Amino acid sequence: MSTPLLVMPSPGPDLAAGRPRRAWLLALVGLVAVVFVLDIALGPVRIPLRAVVSILGGEVADSPAWAFIVRQIRLPKALTALTVGSGLAVSGLQMQTLFRNPLVGPSALGLTAGAGLGVAVVMLASGNAVGGWAIRALGVGGSWGLVLAATAGAALVMALVLALSARVRDNVVLLIVGLMIASITGAVVSLWQYFSAPEQIQEYLLWTFGSVGGVGGSHLAVLATVVGGGLLVAFASAKPLNALLLGENYARSMGLAVGRSRTLIIGSTSLLAGAITAFCGPIGFVGIAVPHLTRGLLRTTDHRLLLPGTCLVGAALTLGCDCLAQLPGSQTPLPLSVVTSLLGAPVVLWVVLRRPNVRSLFS
Amino acid sequence: MPTSAPLLTADDLTVGYFLAKKAPRPVAQPLRVALWPGELVCLLGPNGAGKSTLLRTLAGLQAPLGGRLDLGGGALASLSAAARARQLSIVLTDRVEVGTLTVRELVSLGRHPHTNWLGRLSAHDEARVQAALAATNTSGFAQRPVGELSDGERQKVLLARAIAQDTPIVLLDEPTAHLDLPNRVALMRLLHGLARQTGKAILLSTHELDLALQAADRVWLLPANGQLRTGTPEDLVLSGAFAAAFAREGLAFDPATGTFALHAPTGPTVQLVGDGAPAFWTRRALEREGLVPTTSPAALRVTVAPAGGQWTSQAPGGPAEQHATVEDLLRALRLIIKNQLPS
Repeated sequence: MSTPLLVMPSPGPDLAAGRPRRAWLLALVGLVAVVFVLDIALGPVRIPLRAVVSILGGEVADSPAWAFIVRQIRLPKALTALTVGSGLAVSGLQMQTLFRNPLVGPSALGLTAGAGLGVAVVMLASGNAVGGWAIRALGVGGSWGLVLAATAGAALVMALVLALSARVRDNVVLLIVGLMIASITGAVVSLWQYFSAPEQIQEYLLWTFGSVGGVGGSHLAVLATVVGGGLLVAFASAKPLNALLLGENYARSMGLAVGRSRTLIIGSTSLLAGAITAFCGPIGFVGIAVPHLTRGLLRTTDHRLLLPGTCLVGAALTLGCDCLAQLPGSQTPLPLSVVTSLLGAPVVLWVVLRRPNVRSLFS
Repeated sequence: MPTSAPLLTADDLTVGYFLAKKAPRPVAQPLRVALWPGELVCLLGPNGAGKSTLLRTLAGLQAPLGGRLDLGGGALASLSAAARARQLSIVLTDRVEVGTLTVRELVSLGRHPHTNWLGRLSAHDEARVQAALAATNTSGFAQRPVGELSDGERQKVLLARAIAQDTPIVLLDEPTAHLDLPNRVALMRLLHGLARQTGKAILLSTHELDLALQAADRVWLLPANGQLRTGTPEDLVLSGAFAAAFAREGLAFDPATGTFALHAPTGPTVQLVGDGAPAFWTRRALEREGLVPTTSPAALRVTVAPAGGQWTSQAPGGPAEQHATVEDLLRALRLIIKNQLPS
């Protein structure tokens, strides 16, 4: 996060403000590329930046060990961070616009809680330490068992929410329904923890920290495909999202099939948040904060710009936080979701408080 | 006035809600109305008579309980949302919080039913947006964020969005609600001009009876009993339908002035001689005092000089007194009533 990024050039009087905003998107692409390479360069083993670039460029590396670390460990991790950041940010933006509420994020509909329940069922019910071992050795996304458990939990909640959304006409009611489902699911997990052994709880806690490490090979392919699909659907929903800015009644009066659009938006959010939580555990903050950050940066509420912008800011922020998680120089990186909140929140505070019309920043 | 086919017709239309357990709750009697091109129609009625419900039903935002509703030659219910949105646009009372969206971007949203799946604006769309901004006098602040606008400006921008939607029918739900008097007058004048120039049918609900009676080509009067009456404002006033719709205890509509009497008469009759603006305002002052001004001879007599600036009061059998202001006149009248006409 470099400082000049947050200084917005004042738009000309008769300029249809689109041009500087498009320049912003290009600048963000550049930023993502820089942080991406930096994220690969940083880690317990020091690898020079030039070597990283040449290995990524497909050249034969000076050291086979470096090549292995970059290709097999750090590149998948950076790609995962990229996927996670853009996916969570976009699903957060969709939820905030759909519910016209600045406080909701990807977890609003209980998907994260659902994934947590799935993991809890496997870990706490199996009664052995398989889950914990898998997280420590392979990372959160390393074990197919846990991924499938989390997917099943998230899919269960998603099916429930989609079924209810067909019956509930009012978005506010639907939001309350989602929050209640999250609450019930969380309570079930808590109850389970209450009756479990301390070691098992500790293992479950490890999962709740979230991590982008250990998602490689076929796991990454599955995650990237699902998130890519979710993003495509999200990008196609830019026009409905814009219409929804004025509220459901106006959207309907402008010819929007509100029910179908809502299903589309909830479906894509579920894919994004569900898949990411399944593979990486719950990663907080990104989904709620990045949309606000992007609105502040691009000074727009037009989703045709906001969606790509949010995607890029989410990726840059997550990659940047992953860099910082490596920085202390220790062998163990900090949990990613702790870093995103700890370092990302002040950035958002700064941006939001610097704007004179904080209130109207939100749609 | 109707020179062509109506744009919208309602036959035996019942509007209202479905309560829990699917029990229908109508809020007005079955009604029969039509909207013609180029007409400004005001929907008037006391609170709770069902004005908003009727508007929302005509806009297709809620289903009618019964009857038939035709839009552009076909049943409204059979139209797709997109087809309906090309026939009819609406300005709602819903709060619009779009923050950093500029006026132009907000107005461009009106092109929604005409653009492709990406919402990309063609040159034609841009031209329509420009025309809508020009028609509503909002071009001057097209680049400003909507969050910075005053209530009056915001209402014009929301109207511009509806105009940009380019529909033969525009509905507005209480567009004058949060505006000050000059803005209310300006908006009504704007709507009247739009109906004339563009040939759109504009229907708005409002509580501004004075303005509606002046501006509307036709009034839809929805009293609390739910029996809708339609007609030119003058016919409705002269037939007494207007007074009946707003009848309340101690509240009377005066067809002679087109206003509601604010003050109930408590005092004696006064003969008022004079005309023009000075006589009009003197009459208002007398009414506020509780007196009953009349043109026929009465014991108390007030004369207004034709040019104004001079008033004469004369008590029964007393001398005529000269006054330079209405204030002096009223003071003298109070004295006369106190001394000579004990009630």
